[in-house]
Amino acid sequence: MSARAVPPARDPIRPHPAAAVEIEFEGRTYRGVLGQSIAGILLANNVIDWRTTSSNHAPRGLFCGIGVCFDCVVAVDGVPDIRACQRRARGGEHVERQHFSLPSTSQER
Amino acid sequence: MRIVVVGAGIVGAACARALTGAGFDVTVLERGAVAGGTSSSCEGNLLVSDKTPGPELDLAVLASTRWPQVAVELKDQLGDTFPSIEYEPKGGIVVAYSSAGADALLTFAETQRQAGVRARTITPEEGLELEPHLDPQIAAAVHYPDDAQVQPTIAVEALLASARKAGASVRTGERVVGALRDASGDRIVGVHTDHADHAADAVVNAAGPWAGEVAALLGAPVPVLPRFGMVLVTPRMSHRVFHKVYDADYVGATQSGDADLQTSAVVESTAAGTVLIGSSRQRVGFDDRLDVRVIAQIAAKAIALFPFLEQTQVMRTFGGFRPYMPDHLPVIGPDHRVAGLYHVTGHEGAGIGLSVVSADILLAQLTQSAAPLDPTPFALNRATLAPHLNDAA
Amino acid sequence: MADVDVLIVGAGPAGLAAATSARRVGATVRVLEAFDESGGQFWRHLPATRPAGNEPRLHHQWQRYQQFRSAVDADPALTLDVGAHVWAIEHRDDAVRVNVVCGDVDGTGRRRESVTANSLILATGAHDRALPVPGWTLPGVVTAGAAQAMAKGERIAIGDRVVIAGAGPFLFPVTESLRLAGSTVVGVYEAAGFRRLARHWLARPWELRSATTKMTELAGYFGTHLRGRIPYRPGWGVVAINGTDRVESATVARLDEQWRPVAGTERTVQCDAVCLGHGFTPRLELAIAAGCGLSRDRFVTVDDGQRTSVPSVFAAGEITGIGGVDLALAEGEIAGWVAAGGAPTDSQLVAAVRARAVFSRFARRIADAHRIGSGWTDWLEPSTMVCRCEEVDYGTLLAVRRDTESVGLRSLKLTTRAGLGLCQGRICGRSVECILATDGAGFADGASSDRRPIAAPIRLGELSRPPNFVDDDDQSTTTSERKSV
Repeated sequence: MSARAVPPARDPIRPHPAAAVEIEFEGRTYRGVLGQSIAGILLANNVIDWRTTSSNHAPRGLFCGIGVCFDCVVAVDGVPDIRACQRRARGGEHVERQHFSLPSTSQER
Repeated sequence: MRIVVVGAGIVGAACARALTGAGFDVTVLERGAVAGGTSSSCEGNLLVSDKTPGPELDLAVLASTRWPQVAVELKDQLGDTFPSIEYEPKGGIVVAYSSAGADALLTFAETQRQAGVRARTITPEEGLELEPHLDPQIAAAVHYPDDAQVQPTIAVEALLASARKAGASVRTGERVVGALRDASGDRIVGVHTDHADHAADAVVNAAGPWAGEVAALLGAPVPVLPRFGMVLVTPRMSHRVFHKVYDADYVGATQSGDADLQTSAVVESTAAGTVLIGSSRQRVGFDDRLDVRVIAQIAAKAIALFPFLEQTQVMRTFGGFRPYMPDHLPVIGPDHRVAGLYHVTGHEGAGIGLSVVSADILLAQLTQSAAPLDPTPFALNRATLAPHLNDAA
Repeated sequence: MADVDVLIVGAGPAGLAAATSARRVGATVRVLEAFDESGGQFWRHLPATRPAGNEPRLHHQWQRYQQFRSAVDADPALTLDVGAHVWAIEHRDDAVRVNVVCGDVDGTGRRRESVTANSLILATGAHDRALPVPGWTLPGVVTAGAAQAMAKGERIAIGDRVVIAGAGPFLFPVTESLRLAGSTVVGVYEAAGFRRLARHWLARPWELRSATTKMTELAGYFGTHLRGRIPYRPGWGVVAINGTDRVESATVARLDEQWRPVAGTERTVQCDAVCLGHGFTPRLELAIAAGCGLSRDRFVTVDDGQRTSVPSVFAAGEITGIGGVDLALAEGEIAGWVAAGGAPTDSQLVAAVRARAVFSRFARRIADAHRIGSGWTDWLEPSTMVCRCEEVDYGTLLAVRRDTESVGLRSLKLTTRAGLGLCQGRICGRSVECILATDGAGFADGASSDRRPIAAPIRLGELSRPPNFVDDDDQSTTTSERKSV
């Protein structure tokens, strides 16, 4: 196990109970609580990568956590390029991994 | 024979390469960095589609055959590890969405065909086959297979790398401040910079939008002025635009001299996966500060062409200064007022495309051999420029 | 006619202090915050939808933040707009125009606004500087700030066994946050060596006497380390991160005074997450767009009233120098006061002016002690990614510079693609400049990786509609919320 949520029962800051929310990603449903970002819900479920790069096809997930690196972008409900660490889940979002191949040139088509 | 080329943009680089290739001893002087001006602030167009029949179109048609040769030559000379100039003969598609626009476009295309351009009038269905993401309400469309694109900054670096290999010297951070004249004063024998004096048998002014300033410093004013344009760049996305696509308004914009803001939609993908979106034309001197009003107009027109762009982000913007002459034709050739001085400038929005053939013409002029194209229309002493020229100081 | 007396960008400590200070002079104030909560990074907290019973446990000076929140709630002349993204600043005809898009981060169909003010205060803060390290693109590698943001903002621990590496005192609160989130911090590796730390931290000890809050805080952190038996290793750094699809271990090594790895000292540390934090980079793009002059150290230059080189534009907080919360609060208070029409010499500012002096010196101490050593590039391999977005590696950067002989940053960026991706050089820019600048001579084109006329992404659809345009079938998920928090 690596990334995870702090179990609320043992959390020294005593978070209040919050409504559950679910998001869908790559055919699976992930549970979180209202207030969590999409990145937070995925990390809480030990999903640590949700994007694939274009040149090296390498996995990426969270990096800066504050919205400046754009490593964590996902498509949400069909809209591309949304920073998962900044977008809070409302529940029901269909989240997709972005993986854009570089265009082939016209000679190759 | 020693040549000084002033300006390390696409035109200076093309000239340096052509001249070193013919055995000249070339020094390129650049006040900033290579490709630091317009050449790194443009889309890298190599177009025939947007040109009215006339000398500029003839140059462009010639350029469209020359560029693929240059691309192969550079690859051979520089090897596989040198970054690719991304030469892509992708073709262009011009679309009209109104009946007036359609009439103008089809008439224009016919005149171009008569001038030897491959311009295929296509049906809206064919248009959508070639560009499935276009707004389908197409009134008319023309396909120009000979339009192409390069990555302009890399093209400059490649041309200069090739010139360096052949012995050219490139000096950056060195600014021309005046001319060296012979005893009579009628001949230029070099340039004086903020670093040194450079003796030369010929001096080539290839300073783009700053060619007017350089010409004045050399005592031979030339009326080149800047026309500012902005481009929006999107994030990388799935490949949805396959040609250079623009609305028929673009042609009107390139030909006009209006001072007011002119915008028209021009959209194309890049090898990097981003989409470049233009275009605008403004006479604001050398002011390149962001004007939201301008990019908002560009955005609106681009969405009308490709509705999916509504949801696409603008990741960055850049703007460049097109060097234009009052009669909208480049200057290629000797200055009739000062022996030994040549100007290759004023290419407006077509500098990348026309650079290599302009360099070929300059080479022919310097070697007194046959030019690939009659250079008379581009002469500095043409009638249409006369009212704008001051006598050399 | 300006829309408001004082417009503030950023609701972190500097922006909040500026807002309440400007109100005390009597100006109308509007604060624009891109995130959906105020507090910046320092007071990153659980959101209102999921509050905590004991939020202060995670924070320092939480009371201060609560005071700001109460002031905002109670005061109709102070509006704080969250979800307000300043995407461009125009500076023409001596007027500064702030372009905002209001709604979700990276939303669609958001409302545009174009705002002017009599005075503009920029308090845009900073972000972590993470130096490239072989393997740093593996999932499980995050910045120190990310570990903080996840721990404080969402109660997420980014790993079970975490290695923290970098430079500067920020590594301590990150250790603390991870510990409180239940992670095991296996080691904290501070690049500055013990001798250097001692030289700068123990110098001019009389200055430290006035910085009591900071010293108490630091003592607390030392306690954490001792209690948790968390190794703190000055003069050490992570020189490689290993794993196939995720972090499996980190290679640490001793670093010399210039941060060059010392051969033969490498050790492997088992971990599942690595936090990198080699200091901070100020977020300068809006200041640059507004025309503000920068110092040689690349911060916004300000005078004793926090005025920038542009009349009516002020700057406070990390963008004038990395100085932490106390300096930000002091500068914010002064900026707000002067922007609202007060004078820097007014008696009401005496405490803030003194605090600014004390904490400026403290900031300089930190900068001297933890300055990035020029030898860091020694730990790079040709295949090490430098530009994460565009996947440009170290070898490519060197090869292109060699093959083109370019001394222009703009051309080098366009030829290598470094800095041209989504983050627009925020993460890699300073590192790319270090690598490509020829022997410290700088670039012949005067270009900088800090300049970004488009400061935040905006959808073309949003851009195409005029400011304050409201759709009949409004697609925006949230309009700008007048936050009373």
